[in-house]
Amino acid sequence: MHTTLHLLAEAPPQMLPARSLMAFTLASHIILVPMGVALPLITLIMHGYGLRRGDATALLLARRWSAVMAVQFAIGVVTGTVLSFEFGLLWPGLMGRWGDVFGIGFGVEAWAFFLEAVLIAIYLYGWRRLPARTHFLLGLPLPVTALLGAFGILAANSWMNTPQGFSLDSEGNPVDVDVRKAIFTPMFGPQYWHFVVAMLVTAGFVVAGVYATGWLRGRRDRYHRLGFTVPFTVAAVFTPVQFMLGDAIARAVFQKQPVKFAAMEIVWNTDTHVPEYLFGRLHPDGTVTGGIKIPQLDSILAGFSPDTEVHGLATVPAENRPTVAQATLIHWTFDIMVGIGSVLLLLVVWYAFVWWRRRRLPASPWFYRSAACAGVASVIAVECGWITTEVGRQPWIVYENMRVAEAVTGARSSSLWTMFGLVVVVYVFIFGSFLAVLLKMRTRWRLDDERRAEAGTMATPETDTPYGPRSAVAAGDAPAPGNGDGTASTEDGRP
Amino acid sequence: MTAAGVVAAVLLLAVAAYTCAGGTDYGAGFWDLTAGGAERGKRPRWLIDHAMAPVWEVNNVWLIFVLVIMWTGFPVFFQTVFSAMWLPLALAAIGIVLRGAGFALRKPTRRIAGRRVYGAVFAVSSLLTPFFLGAAAGGIASGRVGPGTEPTAHAWFNPTSVFFGLLAVVGTALLGAVFLAADAVRYEAPDLHAYFRRRALVALAVFAVLGAVTLIVAHGDAPHLWHGLSHGAGLVLVVLAVVATLVTAWLLLRTSGAWSRPAAVVLMASAVLAWGVAQRPYLIPGRLTVAEAAGAPSTLHWLLIVTVVAAVLVFPAVAFLYRLDTRGELEPLTDADLRRGGPEPES
Repeated sequence: MHTTLHLLAEAPPQMLPARSLMAFTLASHIILVPMGVALPLITLIMHGYGLRRGDATALLLARRWSAVMAVQFAIGVVTGTVLSFEFGLLWPGLMGRWGDVFGIGFGVEAWAFFLEAVLIAIYLYGWRRLPARTHFLLGLPLPVTALLGAFGILAANSWMNTPQGFSLDSEGNPVDVDVRKAIFTPMFGPQYWHFVVAMLVTAGFVVAGVYATGWLRGRRDRYHRLGFTVPFTVAAVFTPVQFMLGDAIARAVFQKQPVKFAAMEIVWNTDTHVPEYLFGRLHPDGTVTGGIKIPQLDSILAGFSPDTEVHGLATVPAENRPTVAQATLIHWTFDIMVGIGSVLLLLVVWYAFVWWRRRRLPASPWFYRSAACAGVASVIAVECGWITTEVGRQPWIVYENMRVAEAVTGARSSSLWTMFGLVVVVYVFIFGSFLAVLLKMRTRWRLDDERRAEAGTMATPETDTPYGPRSAVAAGDAPAPGNGDGTASTEDGRP
Repeated sequence: MTAAGVVAAVLLLAVAAYTCAGGTDYGAGFWDLTAGGAERGKRPRWLIDHAMAPVWEVNNVWLIFVLVIMWTGFPVFFQTVFSAMWLPLALAAIGIVLRGAGFALRKPTRRIAGRRVYGAVFAVSSLLTPFFLGAAAGGIASGRVGPGTEPTAHAWFNPTSVFFGLLAVVGTALLGAVFLAADAVRYEAPDLHAYFRRRALVALAVFAVLGAVTLIVAHGDAPHLWHGLSHGAGLVLVVLAVVATLVTAWLLLRTSGAWSRPAAVVLMASAVLAWGVAQRPYLIPGRLTVAEAAGAPSTLHWLLIVTVVAAVLVFPAVAFLYRLDTRGELEPLTDADLRRGGPEPES
């Protein structure tokens, strides 16, 4: 505890607000990322299925998901732009010294994102006018651009974890930059694949969760069955993959960032036969209280043998490692992430077993209850994984090369606190509105489907196809010229 | 030209592209703000919603491109600008979020009260964001900051900055009006065409006057900039901007208004390019040259490779999008599409 206070007293006053602001904006943005990276893929799978089978329900679902994508993408663009500003506003020291070493990943990200924005615009706005096949084909590169964008971001982040591709001159400035080495750092591969698959799994579970909820509320039509099955199957296919990748990245951290690994597993002294703690709390003297202790397991997990030596936190000076509070935090987030992943794997096994034996969806309401929670749980797992990566790197912003304190802005801490307050208010407003809009869209669609089912003119909403000529919506929706007496005010709504 | 020089040119082109593409969006927000009450402004706002929707995210990405080139190509420049101009840039960032969210959320919102709130947020931040970005640019152009400058109001609240900020606001209004006038033709709304054409002419006149005043201000307040603008390539670009102003005015006065869009884009782009070219060989006049600020040589080469790849891949895509958009192939997936027929369920 003394060291914590000591370090806090030394830290510049800008640290806490700058960190809080960065953490808050990133934690918010990351909620949108699974939807940005993986929802296009899931939508396209549904879309392709609909086109191939001539299935109007699938097409309707794809079209509605693309409407969600539109709102989500728009919010993601602005929260992402804020992050680029924050690199300069909060961490000018990082960018000034290292921008040219690790910035190129962002260059790739920027143009991938550019392409994604173009393609998404064409996909979203092409439903009505473009020929069905052309429209679908133009959407196909979308998931690829999303993967490229993630490539850039993860290259930058993994470089901060295991920086390389430069040497230092006498003043400690980077020279002899080797861009290829700076992109393909030791942690890049593990982080990238772990991240991408996490996005696929999360998006799948989130979307499926929505329809699982509808299923539980008694809406058991083909629309809900399809809306559940496709995204859930995507998530189910990738969940075991993620389990393997998660194991691989933990071992990569063990090898490349032993201090971070020690903090994740709250290991104090370097030793063999190290036990694994599930939760528990680390104290400054190296003891652990609470939690469940499993003898030998940590060594076995790290190196497949109880004789594996695991580095302890005590091997590095206190100022070069996470504090005990930080270690305890990331130990918890790590355990929560792994715990959620394991439970999700069980859910997937259940699904796969029923499918294998009976060729149908599980009937138990408990399955759907769990599936409805799986979306939220996987978002929590994503947040936890991110906290583990970022807090585990402390006190370094560039691992073993630059401390967070050296990178922070010189702006007054009061300005930073003010901006933090402002951003919180703005984000609460935005995310609240985002959620409200999504719920509103859902309600509107449901009422529409119900009304149509009752009307009987079209037995189910599925018979309607999203392609083909429409009644003139754009013109018909336009408010009339002149005083705008509101004869055609469908677009503007009513109070 | 050195690699750093080429990257600086790419940066300037990206700034010009953002000014034109993003500027058009901000301008639409400006006219949204001035469109009047819910009834009176209904039709202009309807056009703004429909005309902007397909392209505005793409327009925004130019800004991210600008920032990435800044910190990868010229890390010291990025650090200097973001340290010294903390407040305007922080406000611009918040403005960008509010604006994007306001616009995105207004579309699917159907209650008039909600639409008003989102609309107001969208419109006010459309006004403030270009002003602060312009003010920051003015601070750079007048050489008021250098490596190590602490955050200070002096950096962005000075004659050049204020006029750059105003010029940015009026310039975006001009672009917005010109594009919306042309969109009105596409959406077969002759009354809106006349409406935005009038506004485009007014904005153009204000822009011309303001531009002239800014030049006079720069003469005393930003001597290096003035020198660059009154000599050589800078002067050529200034002349081009003046010619483009006259051509735009002439095109707008003709009723059809065809070709007014490219003319307005040439006007804005040449104004931005004139500023950049006038600063040569400095990124910040008198304080930081392109060569001093340049990042590692290998990074600059890779940045150029990335830029070429981007040019090969992205530009055809962007061109395709703009073409689809201007030909009316892209139509918003409105709620009406998903909810055709029948009365409004709620209310």
